[in-house]
Order: sequence, then structure tokens, then C-alpha cells
Amino acid sequence: MDYLTLIQLLDSTVRLATPLLLACLAGLFSERAGIFDIGLEGKMLAAAFFSAAVAALSGNVWVGLLAGIGASMVLSAVHGLASITFRGNQLISGVAINFLAAGMTVLIAQDWFRQGGRTPSLSGGARFDSITLPGADAIADTPFIGPLYAELISGHSILVYMALAAVPLTWWLLFRTRFGLRLRAVGENPAAVDTAGVSVVALRYAAVAICGLLCGIAGAYLSTALQAGFVKDMSAGRGFIALAALIFSKWRPWHALYACLLFGLFGALETRPDVIEAVTTLKVNSALLGALPYVMTVIILAGFIGKAIPPRAGGEPYVKER
Amino acid sequence: MTLMTKFLGAVAGVALSAGAALAEPALIFDLGGKFDKSFNEAAFNGAQRWAEETGGTFREIELQSEAQREQALRRFAEAGANPVITTGFAFADPVNAVAGDYPDTKFVNIDGWMPEVPANVQLIGFQEHQGSYLVGMMAAMASKSGKVGFIGGMDIPLIRHFGCGYAQGAKAVNPDIEVIANMTGTTPSAWNDPVKGSELTKAQISQGADVIYAAAGGTGVGVLQTAADENILSIGVDSNQNHLHPGKVLTSMLKRVDVAVYDSMKAGVDMETGGFTTLGLAEDGVGVAMDENNAELVSADMKAAVEEARQKIIDGELEVVAYYANDSCPALDF
Repeated sequence: MDYLTLIQLLDSTVRLATPLLLACLAGLFSERAGIFDIGLEGKMLAAAFFSAAVAALSGNVWVGLLAGIGASMVLSAVHGLASITFRGNQLISGVAINFLAAGMTVLIAQDWFRQGGRTPSLSGGARFDSITLPGADAIADTPFIGPLYAELISGHSILVYMALAAVPLTWWLLFRTRFGLRLRAVGENPAAVDTAGVSVVALRYAAVAICGLLCGIAGAYLSTALQAGFVKDMSAGRGFIALAALIFSKWRPWHALYACLLFGLFGALETRPDVIEAVTTLKVNSALLGALPYVMTVIILAGFIGKAIPPRAGGEPYVKER
Repeated sequence: MTLMTKFLGAVAGVALSAGAALAEPALIFDLGGKFDKSFNEAAFNGAQRWAEETGGTFREIELQSEAQREQALRRFAEAGANPVITTGFAFADPVNAVAGDYPDTKFVNIDGWMPEVPANVQLIGFQEHQGSYLVGMMAAMASKSGKVGFIGGMDIPLIRHFGCGYAQGAKAVNPDIEVIANMTGTTPSAWNDPVKGSELTKAQISQGADVIYAAAGGTGVGVLQTAADENILSIGVDSNQNHLHPGKVLTSMLKRVDVAVYDSMKAGVDMETGGFTTLGLAEDGVGVAMDENNAELVSADMKAAVEEARQKIIDGELEVVAYYANDSCPALDF
């Protein structure tokens, strides 16, 4: 494998890891506050549809992005209402959101565009173009550093850089601010937070809203940056892989980045069986690579590599004692 | 409120159609969905054409999950729909299981295979390898790099069958050509993953491919899009996809599922059943799409070569090996 192939492989890794990373951080906020969210997939799908649809109608991808975030946050609010206010089962609410999004997107798309549950192809300003970082063209021919900068670091959509920036931001917010401390406490011991006179409900709603925001960006990235339009079920299980990454990273932001990059790398390798064969001289079945994220999560959950302990109050609605 | 009205309207529509006249044909779409711009959409177009020409009506359902297959078949059969047409290989087993319980209902399955065909079932197959052979020839003639790509949807023998014909066609034109083949996945979600389709396309481009054939349902939308973005040529499948990116799609391998559905609906309850129908180049069941969108891409040489090969295959002078023959491909290693 030559250097350029390696760069291309890593480039593909970054593209594939970005939606996972955004969804994973979304789940991290929600679950750290004690709200399990298996509706990441559905929120991403709804955001993918609305961002593509509104971008197609308005011709402006930023308006589309806002619409996608809005749709995702509405679903988040539904999840919050069901699991925080009405103290319903969080898993059931999440499943319901997945089903709702899968059906609703196609139904509305058919009603709006009459193209069989998809949006028209986006072009021009209705789509996120890749941005070339300053100086990328100038040093592209420099050996070693040139391709690294021009191919791998530069030339992604702005949402990729936003996703990467979200990692330190999440870390800072959760571990260096009062809001973050309270948010984490609400996921561990909501009664203590309540005793301190801080509203559990408000904190959990805030967490769920941030979750909706990040899922919205993830969905918009799928349909307006990676693709040029929405196609039925286009999230294709990425929300669930993000959940796997969340468990794999043991609910920590930096580890979430590493986990998503690792899972992205598996995805990228899946597309290059020739590279695997050249490096390992083995013909590896690409389906095996696709299953690896799940296999690794099961291994982690079984306690072979450290122990994954979810936030203690996760999944339980908070009932104030009278 | 409008959404509510729509739901109520939909419910009312379902209730009305349930009480409609007997013996209307029914069409069941596979998981790719009715509007996949490809296989299932072709089936829908055939049914539409029949409905427009005869003024008849047909019933239809789009499956959402594997578990619905048998249920949908039984519901249509019990409601008196006849014939019940199913698209996709995955329906072969459910049809086989259900057919015996409804001896008066005729079932049609497109793309499926059964060891023994029940008396009231007709299987319709296509010689996809013949059509793929022709697009493979065109790909090899259009390629400047000497490398062409193939991206399949779910890794099943049928899709390998497509890829195998394609590779044979490409190698017939240029024996030294390299065919890079990838499958999107091994589960039905492989038909609806355009993001992965794009990623596979980029991977093949970085390996040097400059013409890529997508036989991948909804995933193919991503392949064609990325190919157009990266300024290389792509080849569509099943329906004519040339118009999706005019001037960027070299051609489409047509699989006339619409003709099969149309003919079945036209024959109606009098249809002959209990066997296989195979539609190949000779029956115009498969072919290559030529229209104004790809006119500039197809040279006179290409046209002549394709026409010659087509005639030879029809006359039996040229044999394209089917992947099914011995579950392997002479021109491509999957």
C-alpha cells in the first residue's frame, strides 16, 4: 500500500466517521443526563429528509440545515415529553421515533415532490461543497505533507470541521462548566441534584435538545454534503452504530472520537478489499468488517476489555418523592 | 389538521379499495420500495401502463419488513386478487409456501427460482448477463484507464450474475482490462445505502476505474451521483437512468420488468402457469438504453459493436456464461 492510498483510505474514514461522531456525541449528551436514546437513527433520518427537502425548495443549504436541526429537535422534544414529563419507557419512545421517522419522511416526500419518497437532486447552493483550506493547492505537490494537508485535512465539507470541533467543545461543556457537572449528576443521581435546588426536568430537556441539535447536523451531513438529496432509509443503521460507538467509548467525548474514527476506518476498509489483501495477503470477507463494530461492542459489554458502566440513573424516569 | 385529514383519507382509501371488484391483479413490491428509480419502479410502470390502457385497477403494497411477505400474499389471495405478482427473488419461498393454499389464485414471481414450480405459479426470469455483457462492452470501449468498476447491492447470486456478464463483456473488448467489483453489503439495507455507494465509487475511482456499473437499487443513486461529481461515467440498471445525470451516464442496462408485469396483468386469470418464462435479448427482455441523454457519449463504433454482439447472442453464436451455471464466473473473481 502506497502513501497516497493510505491518505485516500483515511480521507474516506473521516467522511464515514463524521455522521457517526455527531450522532454519538448527541447520544452522549442525552445518556449522560439519564435519558437513553435509541431514536438517534430516526432523528438523523428526519433531519436528512427535512434538510434536503428545504434546501431543494429554498435553494439554500443553510436554510436546509436549520430545517433539519428543527425537525430533529421536534422529535427530541417528543422523546423528552414521553420520557421526562410523562415518565414513559425511554426505549419504547426511541423505537417509536425510529418508526415514525422512517414512515413520515417517505410520506411527506411523496406528497411534496412526487418523486417516490425522495427529494430532487440538489445542486449549487443547495448543497454543502467541500471547502479548500488556505494554502492547500499551493503545497499539494510538496512530498509527504502536501497530500496529507491537501487531501486529508483540507477538502471536506464544513460540517466535518464542525463535528470535529464539537468533540473538545463537548468535553469542555461536560467537564469544565457548572452546566456539565449538573448534567452528569442528573444522570447519576437526580435526587441529589433536586435536593440542591436544581431542576432535574429542565436539565434533562436541555440535554435532549442538544442531542436533537447534533443529530440534526448529522442528518443534514448525510443528505446535503455526502449525498445530493434524500433517499428512503438513507441513514442505513448509522444511528445504531453510533450507539455502539457510545458504549465502546464508555460515554466519554474524546474516546467517542476515537471509536467513531475506528468504526469509520472499518467502513473505509470495507470499500477497499484490495488494500486489505495487499497488506495482509488474506482475502478478508468485507461483510466481516461491517459486523466488527457490533462484535467489538459485545466484547466490551461482556467485560473483556475494561467495563462499560452506563450512567447510573439512565433509563429511569425521575419521580420526585413527596 | 391537514396531516390528520390525510391519514383519515388514506384509511378511507384502503377501506374503499378492499371492497372493490374481484379479480383485479395485485402487485407486491420488494423492500427496495416502489420508487427505487430502478427494479421496483419498472414493475410499477408496467402496471401503470396496463391500468391506463385497459382502464383496470390493480392493488399494490410496498413491503416494510421481511416478515410481511407471506402476510401480504395471503391477504391479497384471500381478498380475491388474481393474479398476484411479486417482484424480487426473496419472494420465491413465500410464494412457494402460500401457493398450495390458494389453488385458484395465480401467482407470478419475477427473478425468483424454485426447484419445483407449483401448478398455479409462474416464474419470470431475465437473462441479465446478456444485457450486462453489452454494457460491459460499452464500458470497456469508453474507458481510457483500462479499468472499469462494478458496484452491486446485496451480495446474492443474482447480482453476481449481473457482474459476471459485465466482466465478460468488458474482457471481450479488451482482454487486459481490469474489472474492480464491490458489493455494498449482505443485508437488505444494502439496497438503500447511497452513502456507502458513494464511498465505494470513490474507492474504485482511486483505484483507477473510470466507468462504473451500479446494480444496486437505491444505493445506485449514490454511485451515479458521485460518478457525475467526480466526472467519470456510470452505467445505470433496470430502468433507464440516463436522465438522472445527462451526459454523465454512459447507458443503462434495461431489464424490462415493466414488460413482464404488463404481460402478466394483460393475461390476467387466463395466464399460463406452472413453469418458467425467460426473457433475454431475443425477447427484448433486456437491453441497453440509448436516448438523447447519452447520445454524445456513445460512438458509432460502440453502437455497431453492441449491435453485432447482440445479434450474435440472439443467434447463439456467442454464449455469455451465466453465473448460475456453476456458481462461479470465468471473467471475474468475487
